Amino acid sequence: MSYLALSLTLIFVLIPLILSKTLRLGLEKDTIVATIRSIIQLLAVGFILKFVFDSESLFYIFLMVTLMILVATHNAQRKGASIKGITWKVAVTLITVEVLTQGILIGFNITPPTAQYIISISGMVIGNSMVLAILFLNRFTSEVDDHQDETELILSLGGTPKQAIHHQLIRSIKASMIPTIESQKTVGLVQLPGMMSGQIIAGADPIQAVQFQLLIMFLLLTTAAVTSVMLGFLSYPTLFNQRMQLLKNR
Amino acid sequence: MNSRYKPAIHFNNVSFSINGEEILKNITGSFPEGKITTLVGPSGAGKTTLLKLCNHLLSPDSGEIYIKEKTITDFQPVELRRLVGMALQSAPMISGTVMDNLALPLTLQEKKPAEGEAGELLRDVGLKEDFLSKNVKDLSGGQKQKVSIARTLVNRPKILLLDEITSSLDRTSQREIEELIVKINQKYGTTIIWITHNLQQALTIGNYTWVMMDGEVIETGESELLESPVNEKVRRFVKGEAE
Ligand SMILES: Nc1ncnc2c1ncn2[C@@H]1O[C@H](COP(=O)(O)OP(=O)(O)OP(=O)(O)O)[C@@H](O)[C@H]1O
Ligand SMILES: [Mg+2]
Repeated sequence: MSYLALSLTLIFVLIPLILSKTLRLGLEKDTIVATIRSIIQLLAVGFILKFVFDSESLFYIFLMVTLMILVATHNAQRKGASIKGITWKVAVTLITVEVLTQGILIGFNITPPTAQYIISISGMVIGNSMVLAILFLNRFTSEVDDHQDETELILSLGGTPKQAIHHQLIRSIKASMIPTIESQKTVGLVQLPGMMSGQIIAGADPIQAVQFQLLIMFLLLTTAAVTSVMLGFLSYPTLFNQRMQLLKNR
Repeated sequence: MNSRYKPAIHFNNVSFSINGEEILKNITGSFPEGKITTLVGPSGAGKTTLLKLCNHLLSPDSGEIYIKEKTITDFQPVELRRLVGMALQSAPMISGTVMDNLALPLTLQEKKPAEGEAGELLRDVGLKEDFLSKNVKDLSGGQKQKVSIARTLVNRPKILLLDEITSSLDRTSQREIEELIVKINQKYGTTIIWITHNLQQALTIGNYTWVMMDGEVIETGESELLESPVNEKVRRFVKGEAE
C-alpha cells in the first residue's frame, strides 16, 4: 500500500468523527485518542517485529513473548482484584498456556520454530488467553457474590470449600468458554477471520490460509479451556480460609 | 448460669467484628445440654452472627467457644458442622427438586438417603411426600423453611441451631414445627438453640432463654424471666414485642 493510500484511510476516522460531532455523541476525543494510539502502537510493533525477525535471535523471541505475557497479566489481573494473589495466578496460567501450545506446535513439528511463527501465534494465544481470563474472572466474582448463601449453606451442612463453590466455578468456566465455541460454529459463514483475510489479501493461497486458520482455531479452543479451568482451580481456594470459612472481606 | 445445667455450648468473652464494626461484644454464657434455648432480641442484635459462630461459619476475634467442653477449633470443621447443624435464616435452596435438597447433606459425603428416609423427614415437618419431586422454585417461603429444617436434620445433629424458622409460617404450620422441635428434643435429647421473634413461643416451648441487644447478651436464664423481667432493658423489649 502506498503512503498516499495509507493516509487516505484516515477518511474512515473522519466519518465517525463527523457523526459524533453532529449527533453530539461525545465520542470525538475517544476516537482521536484511539486513532493516535493505534497508529503509534502498531507502527512500533511493526518496527520491533522487523528487527526481531531479521535478528532471528532466540533471546529476542523470548523477550517479546515475556513482554506479551506481562502486559496481558496486567490487563486481566484487574478483573480479579478481589482474589488474593491474582497477579501470579494469571501469570502462571498464561505461561502454562503458552508453553503448552508452543510445546505441541514445535514438538510435533506442526509449525517451524522461527520468529515469524512463534511470535504471531503466541500473540494470538496470549491475547485470547487474556480475554478468557477476563471473561472468567468477571463471571466468577459475580457468581460468588450472587450465590454466597448457597456457598454458606453447603459449608454449614459439612461440605468442603470445593463442594461449596463447585456450581459457581463450573458455571463460570462454561460461560467464559461459550464465546470461543460459538464463534467457531459460524466461522466463515458471516465473516472471514481477520487473520485469514489478511493472508489472502497478502496473496496467500486461500486453501493454505484456511488450513492455517483451522490450526489457529483449534489452538484457541485449547487456550480457552486451559485458561478457564486452570485459573478457576487456582482462584477458588483463596476465597476460603483454613477453617473452611468463606472470607467475606476479600 | 445455673449450675444445675451442663453446657452443650459455652461462650467465654467472645467478641466479633466485621470491617472494624463490633457486632458481638464480650459474650459470655452457656447453652444448656439437652434443653431448648430460645435466643430473642431486636433485629440487628447479632443473633444470626452468634449462631454462625456456633456452626463455625465464622470465628471470633477474641474469646473462646467450647462445644461439649472442647474448644471449637479442636474439631475438624466438617465434623463440627455435622454435629452442630444449622438451619439458615434465609432457607437457601440449591437448584433442583426438594429431594435434591434433602439428599444434599448425604450427597456431600457421597452417600444416598435410605429408602423412604426423605419422605419420612418431609412428613415430620408437615409436608406431603409427593413434594419430593417438586422443583424448589415452586415452593412458598414457608415451605422452603420446612424443607430447610428437614435438610438440617438429615445429618442427625446433636446440637441444632434454628434461625427464625417459623417467622414466615402460618399459625398451624408454626404449631407443627413447634411440636416437631419438642419431639426431636425429647426423643433424641438434641440440644436446640432457637432464634425467634415470638416471645409466646419462647415461653411455651423454650426451657431457657438468652436476650440479646446491640451485640450484647443482656440476660440469660429460665424462659420464665420473660414473663416478669427484672432487667429494665429486657422489660422494655418484652413490652415492645407485646404491642
Ligand atoms: N456480612 C456483614 N457485613 C457487615 N455487617 C454485617 C454482616 N453481617 C451482619 N452484619 C451486621 O451485624 C449486626 C448483627 O447482624 P445479625 O444478622 O447477627 O442480626 P440478627 O440479630 O440476626 O438480626 P435479625 O433479627 O434481623 O435477623 C447487624 O447490625 C448487621 O448489619
Ligand atoms: Mg438474623
